[in-house]
Amino acid sequence: MTGINYNMIPLFVALPLTVSFFIILFGNRVRWISDVLCTLSTLALCLLSLYAVGVVNGHGTITYKVGGWFPPVGICLVLDSLSCFMLVIVNSITMIVTIYAISYMERYTAKNKFYALFLLMLAGMNGVIITGDMFNLFVFLEIGSIASYGLVAFGTEEEELEASFKYMIMGSIAGLLILLGIGLLYSYTSTLNMADIARVVSEKNDSKLIVFVSVLFLVGFGLKGALFPFHWWLPDAHSSAPAPISAMLSGLLIKALGVYALIRILFSVLNATSFLPVFMVLGTMSMVIGVFLAVVQWDFKRLLAYSSISQVGYIMLGVGLGTPLGIMGGLFHLFNHSIFKSLLFLNSGAVDYATGTRDLKELGGLRERMPVSASTSLVASMSIAGLPPFNGFWSKLIIIIACVNAGHPVYAFWAVLASIMTLTVFMKVQKYVFFSELKEKFKVIKEVPFLMQFSMVLLALICFFGGLLLVPAVSGDFLQSAADAITNGKEYAQIVFQSLR
Amino acid sequence: MTYFLCMIVFAVGLYAVVAKRNLIKIIIGVMVMEYALNMLFVLFGYRLGGRSPILERYQEIKDIVDPIPQALILTAIVIGLATTALMVALAIRIYEKYGTFDITKIRKLRG
Amino acid sequence: MNKEPGMTLIVKTVTRLTVGIILLYGIYIVLHGHLSPGGGFAGGVIIALSFVHLMLAYGKDVALKKISMPVASMLESFGAILFISIAFLGFIGGYFFFHTLGKGEPFSLLSAYMVLLSNIAISLKVGCGLFLVLVSIALAGKEIKK
Repeated sequence: MTGINYNMIPLFVALPLTVSFFIILFGNRVRWISDVLCTLSTLALCLLSLYAVGVVNGHGTITYKVGGWFPPVGICLVLDSLSCFMLVIVNSITMIVTIYAISYMERYTAKNKFYALFLLMLAGMNGVIITGDMFNLFVFLEIGSIASYGLVAFGTEEEELEASFKYMIMGSIAGLLILLGIGLLYSYTSTLNMADIARVVSEKNDSKLIVFVSVLFLVGFGLKGALFPFHWWLPDAHSSAPAPISAMLSGLLIKALGVYALIRILFSVLNATSFLPVFMVLGTMSMVIGVFLAVVQWDFKRLLAYSSISQVGYIMLGVGLGTPLGIMGGLFHLFNHSIFKSLLFLNSGAVDYATGTRDLKELGGLRERMPVSASTSLVASMSIAGLPPFNGFWSKLIIIIACVNAGHPVYAFWAVLASIMTLTVFMKVQKYVFFSELKEKFKVIKEVPFLMQFSMVLLALICFFGGLLLVPAVSGDFLQSAADAITNGKEYAQIVFQSLR
Repeated sequence: MTYFLCMIVFAVGLYAVVAKRNLIKIIIGVMVMEYALNMLFVLFGYRLGGRSPILERYQEIKDIVDPIPQALILTAIVIGLATTALMVALAIRIYEKYGTFDITKIRKLRG
Repeated sequence: MNKEPGMTLIVKTVTRLTVGIILLYGIYIVLHGHLSPGGGFAGGVIIALSFVHLMLAYGKDVALKKISMPVASMLESFGAILFISIAFLGFIGGYFFFHTLGKGEPFSLLSAYMVLLSNIAISLKVGCGLFLVLVSIALAGKEIKK
């Protein structure tokens, strides 16, 4: 129990908050200080998350009592391998998007307030991932959501305000339903600590209230994570936001606040494995409906937002299977989708920065004038469509094989169909944006600034080598242990109590 | 019985969000739902014959109502305040750009 | 209609008498947060309301002369940084947010220093934040009327 190992855990939340308040205070004085502070802090968090993976693999699950109070009296922060997995994804992609946003947000006024809200959203997401207490989860969920409502409306054009208002109403209702679920769970178990609730629920075994609370959580977190009947806010919000914010929302927020929280509560805390068929059905419907609606779009970012709905359906299908192979496929697809969807949104932002339009019918032939954006976009499109040897191919293959192995060939058929349609959608995007003839008015555009190119190339490299994550030497520590943490859901309580004493 | 009344207030708020056309009425509906949930939380903490959970100099800790929901509600009220403030600011900006508060006329995004 | 900003003479007179009392009451609730109900957030809201009361009765120019917007913004960030640094002080004791400063004797005003300082920091942030929000809404309303 050395000092350095354990005191780093609250830094994941405290560091972005502190830097955000400093940026508000000093941002107007010196011009470049907000860029430097934001980049340094996200870089520090990314390195800290990689260090945390090493620590958790060496010591097992580590817990941290905030303020020295023992749970269930106090709040504890729990880092097990699933949390480390999510932390690495969130912090590294945030660092890359920050580098992109340094030059993209020059076009907007009030860049300091952008960085302040951005770091606040990061603090909220990190808090949801590492917390071990139910009400703390709700508080950080709302912090992240409120910061994102403000960021979607950042440009204050007409479309952005309308989209942000719709997103805000639906997000608030989702938060209220989650609060109702937490209240009912508290009145049933009289404790708020996640491990304690798991112990009490497994002892009491009265299933009617647990079913009602599980349904409330499914609806609430499903609204936050854009599952099938609750996805209506996503196309407006993700297409109207500025490009780095769309990348953060679509790549990270709907997964950290929606899918991860749902997995944590339904698998580790409530142990309600009778809900898995519901996951599979909702996931499949998201997959198919998302991709069919994406084919008919002519707006670049709206098309990408609809395909986000479809890919989150893949993740839910993988996790809902319940077999170890399926869960590993679902988590791997979560990692891959964060990377290539962020890359696609950053590409659309680059196209918007250079040409000023997002309409597919007006763009064309940008490959000659913008080589870096075109090649990274090609890598991302091949990856999301599932072509070998990029990382999307491996994760979709694992999910389809797991479906067939578990005895659900119908779901495997729908997964293959959605994959073929995704290939169609992205061939359409590539043809209309990059590969046809160059229009007259676009002959004078230049490539985007260096920082934007650097971040896009970095993400494309991770896309390319992402398949290596399946090699057992690398994935044994990282991916496989995260999947094990879910399948061992029943032992969450014992693991946390052991590491406390 | 009082729990049921709280759920009726929640349902009234939900009706206001779903069925009204004015932006300000939708915001008021969300606020009413938040207040209904806060009241429900306080009711969950009630114990029969309890007094207020304040530690004073010459009184023992016996027969108090549960203080934890009261701390939770304080946080939830702050979150509600932040959400309401942001919604009102957005509604003012929408009125500047569109000139109306009617949601059937604010429909630039479709498809 | 009134030719000068603000409300009628009765409202202005009552405001002049009560604004100081409201501010003092807010500070009382903040400082006694560890002994009686209230604490940082409730006291901060009451402090903000005293300035907003001034703005409603006299028009926003008078209220902005008492605290201008950049000063309020700086005070707000300062309150937040004070709160985070109090939390970081807990690292001395070994845990984040640990109760490092002394505990004092129970039930007296100057005890539990950590809670007292946190209450003051929170009241600064909440008070200035709420005041800024309501002044911005009033300013935006002025623009729409033009």
